[in-house]
Amino acid sequence: MNEYNRLIFELSKPGRCGVSLPDNDLPYEMDHILPSNLLRQSNTLLPEVAELDVVRHYTNLSQKNFGVESGFYPLGSCTMKYNPKINEEVVANKAFQSIHPLVCVEHAQGLMQVYYETNRMLSSLTGMDEFTFQPFAGAHGELTGLMIMRDYHHSRNDHKRTKVLVPDSAHGTNPASAAVVGLEAIDIKSNPDGTVNIDDLKTHLSDEIAGIMLTNPNTLGMFEKDILVITKLIHDVGGLCYYDGANLNAILGIVRPFDMGFDIMHINLHKTFSTPHGGGGPGSGPVGVREDLIPFLPNPRIVRTDQGYRFEESDLSIGRVARYYGNFQVVIRAYVYLKTLGKSHVSDVARYAVLNANYIKESLKKEYLLPIENACKHEVVFSGLVDKTTGVTTLDVAKRLLDFGYHPPTIYFPLIIKEALMIEPTEMESLETMDSFISIMKQIAQEAISNPELVKTAPHHTPVRRIDEVLAARKPILRYQDHSKHD
Amino acid sequence: MFKYFPHTESDIQKMLDTIGVKEIDELFLDIPRALLQDRWPDLENSLSEIELRQRMEKIAAKNKRLICFAGAGTYDHYVPSIIAPLVSRQEFLTSYTPYQPEIAQGTLTYIFEYQSYMTSLTGMDVSNASMYDGATATAEACLMAVQDKRVPRILLAETLDPAVREVVQTYAKYRNIDISIVPMNDGITDRNALQEMVQQPFSAFVTQTPNFFGIVEDHSEYEQLIHANQGLLIMNVDPSTLAVLKSPGEWNADIACGDAQSLGIPMHFGGPHLGFLCAKEKLLRKMPGRIAGMSKDVDGKRAYVLTLQAREQHIRRDKANSNICSNQSLMALWVTIYLSIMGKRGLQQVQESSMKNAHYLYEQLIASGHFKPVFSNPFLFEFVLQTDLDIKDLQKRWMEAGFQGPVSLSGFDPRWLLFCATEQRTKAEIDAFVKAVEVAK
Repeated sequence: MNEYNRLIFELSKPGRCGVSLPDNDLPYEMDHILPSNLLRQSNTLLPEVAELDVVRHYTNLSQKNFGVESGFYPLGSCTMKYNPKINEEVVANKAFQSIHPLVCVEHAQGLMQVYYETNRMLSSLTGMDEFTFQPFAGAHGELTGLMIMRDYHHSRNDHKRTKVLVPDSAHGTNPASAAVVGLEAIDIKSNPDGTVNIDDLKTHLSDEIAGIMLTNPNTLGMFEKDILVITKLIHDVGGLCYYDGANLNAILGIVRPFDMGFDIMHINLHKTFSTPHGGGGPGSGPVGVREDLIPFLPNPRIVRTDQGYRFEESDLSIGRVARYYGNFQVVIRAYVYLKTLGKSHVSDVARYAVLNANYIKESLKKEYLLPIENACKHEVVFSGLVDKTTGVTTLDVAKRLLDFGYHPPTIYFPLIIKEALMIEPTEMESLETMDSFISIMKQIAQEAISNPELVKTAPHHTPVRRIDEVLAARKPILRYQDHSKHD
Repeated sequence: MFKYFPHTESDIQKMLDTIGVKEIDELFLDIPRALLQDRWPDLENSLSEIELRQRMEKIAAKNKRLICFAGAGTYDHYVPSIIAPLVSRQEFLTSYTPYQPEIAQGTLTYIFEYQSYMTSLTGMDVSNASMYDGATATAEACLMAVQDKRVPRILLAETLDPAVREVVQTYAKYRNIDISIVPMNDGITDRNALQEMVQQPFSAFVTQTPNFFGIVEDHSEYEQLIHANQGLLIMNVDPSTLAVLKSPGEWNADIACGDAQSLGIPMHFGGPHLGFLCAKEKLLRKMPGRIAGMSKDVDGKRAYVLTLQAREQHIRRDKANSNICSNQSLMALWVTIYLSIMGKRGLQQVQESSMKNAHYLYEQLIASGHFKPVFSNPFLFEFVLQTDLDIKDLQKRWMEAGFQGPVSLSGFDPRWLLFCATEQRTKAEIDAFVKAVEVAK
C-alpha cells in the first residue's frame, strides 16, 4: 500500500479539463431563460484536472484500501465473503444499467423477473411468503419490518403495543430502529452465552408487547436452542417475532426462520448473498413476511400475472420506504450468486462457514480467552488474550494484524463480552488461509509477552499509523474548505 | 467440489479432527431436530458460468433500451467512461465500512472529498457520507428538523415529487408528525397559502429545486416567511443543477438534501441512486449517518477517520433519531469521480446543453399544435405540457419509434405530461421524437 497522500483539489490547475462534451449550437442562453436572481453567484470547489490525473488519483487512493481480494477479512458479523466476478459482469450489461425506473412495465420485464425470482428463492430459503426489496440496507429493513409490525397491530385496533423486546446482546441497530419508528426498546438479559434469558423475558411479557427482535444464531455465534419456546411465548401474548438476518449465513439451507416461529425478517444481501459491501453500501435489506402480513408490505409490490410482471398497490401498505423499488443492481448480484450455488450447493454455505469458525475457535483457544466452550456457528468470539498481564488489548492485537496483511476481526462487539474479538471466516476460505491466520494470531500472542511495546504501537507498516481520533472530534475538519484549521 | 468452496475431503477431516467431532452435522446438534427439513429449498440446480451468461442475456433482452425523454427524479445524463473501472476496483468495491482507518484511507479520503464537493455545491457547512436515496434523505432531514425544533409538524410543498412526499409521510406516520401540503399556484408554491400555514407552529418547510415540474422557484420570500416564523428551510435539490442555479446556501436554507443520481450515476432502474444530506453547522450534532474528518496519525501524517460518532445509532441506541449505518458509499465515490472529471466547466456545460435541448423540445412540441403550456414560470430542462391527444396511443407510438416518452402526471391532471431532455439528446433525436407525434395523431 502506498504513501500517496493528495486530495483531488490539490491537483487542480487552471486551464485543464477532464471531459469533452459535444457542442450545442441551439440558440438559448442561460441568462435569457432564467432571471439572474435564480442563478448561482458563488464559486464551487470543482477542480480543473485532466483525465489521467483523475484516473491516477483514484487508483492511488484505492491502493490505500484493503479489500476481500487483498487478503483474509474475518470481520465478525459482516460476512465478508468473496464477491464473484460473474456477478459484476452481469450487472454491467447496459440492458440492466440504463433503464429508467418509470419505463412502461412491458419494457422492464427482465428487471421485474429478476426481482420476482429472487423473491421466490429467498422465500424458499427462509419460509417467508414474500419479500420487498425497497429497503436499501439491513437497518432500513429493520425499520420497514417494525413499521409492518406496528401497522399489523393497529389494523386490529390494538394501539397499546408500544414495546419491542431486544436482547442486550443484539446489534445496536435494533434498539435504534425501534426508536425511529416510535417504539420503546426493552432490554432483555442474556445468559452468559448470549442466548435469551427466558426467565427475564417472561417478566416483560404483557399485552403492550408489539414483538421481539432476535438474531439467531446470536451475536456470540450461538444458536438459540429454545427458539421455539421464545417465539411461542411472544405469540401467546399477541406479539410478532422479527428475525434480524445479519447472521443468516450460519443457517442458510439448514433451518428456516419461518419454521423457528418468525413472522417478519430482513436479509442483508451484502452479507449472506455475496454482494459487495462497497466501503459502506450500497447494500440491500429485503424484508420478508408470512402470508397474512403481505398486504402491509411497502407499495408497490411486483407480482406475476398472466400478462407478465406488474406493479400492485395495497391499501393496508405501510407506504413507500424508497423512491423506487430498491437497489436493483445489488439484488441482481444476489440472484446470480443464488443461481450459481443452486439447490446443490446452497446448504454447504452454512456447513463450511460453521466448520471454518469452529476450526479457528479450537485452534486459538490456548492463546485467546474463549468465554463459551460450546460449538459456535459461523463466528467465534474471544475475550482478548488469555494472558491478561501483558497490558496488550484487543485493539492492539487488531492493529498488529494489519502489519501482517490481515483485516482484523470485529472488536469490542458484542458489548457483553469484555475485550471482544469476533472472528467470522466465511465458507469461502481455505484451510491454508486459516492456518496462516492462526499462526500469526499465535505469534502476536507471543509478542504480547516478549515485546508488548511492539504490539501496543502497531501498526508499523500501513499507509498511515494510529490516527488521533480525539483531534478529529475536537476540531472537526469535515471538508477541504476548512483544511488549514489544524495548522 | 464447487468453485466457491476450497474444502477438500482431507481438509475437512483435518478440521473435524482438530475440533474433535466426527462430522459437520455434529456442529448443528443445538438446532431442534424438528426444524431440520430436507424438502427445500425449491431452487434449481447450480448453473455454470456458460449457462448463466445465456440465461442472463435472455433476461436482459426482455428489457428495452429507449432514447429517454423522461425525468421526474431520474435523469439520463452522460456517464464518463473512467468511472465504472475505477469504482469497480476491488479495494473500493469489496471493502467494508472504514472502521480500521489505517487500511481504509482510500475510502475515507474519497468520503472527505465527497463531503467537500457536496458542501461546496449546496453552499452548506457540513455533509454526511451519504444516504440511501433522495426520498429517504428528505425524510431524515424532516426528522432532524423535528428533533431540532421540537414541533411535530412539517410543511411539504405540493411541488415536491409526490413519491418523495409519500416516503416522508411513511416515516412521519410512526413519529406522530403532522404533514401539511402547501398548495401550488401556476406550478410554484402559493405564497399566500404558505403565509397562512406558517402561522401555526411547525418545524420545517420542504421545497424542491428545480421543482417536480422542472420549474426554478424564487425562494427569497419563502426563506423570509419560514425564518420569521422560527422554522427551518429544507431544500431538496438536484445537485447537478447547482453548477448554474443559486445554491441552498445562497438562499439561506438550513438543510439541503436530495438525490445525486443526476451526477453521472446510470439510471439503474431506480437503484442504486445516491441520497445526500447537507446542513448548516448549527445542525451538525443532529446529522444522521457517518462523517469522515481530517486528522493526523502518530507520525503527524495527514489522515482521515470516521468522527463525531456520538451522533450515530450504534451509540445512541434507544435514543436514536435515525438508524442509518450502511449507506451508499460506493455511489458517493461514483459521484466524487464524476465531479472531479467534469470540473466546474463540464458541469456547467451539462446544464447549459440540457437547458438548450429542453427549450428546443418545448418549442417544437408547442409548434406541433398538439401541446399547450401548463405553467408560465421559468424551467431549466424539464417541463409540463398538456395535450388532448390520447396519451396511451401517444406513448405507444413513441415507444415504437424507440423513445421513452414523458412521465404522465395523471395524479395531477390526466392531460399533463412531464418532458425532459438532457445533454445526451441530439437535435436529430428531438426532431424525430416530435415527428412521432404527427404519426400518432
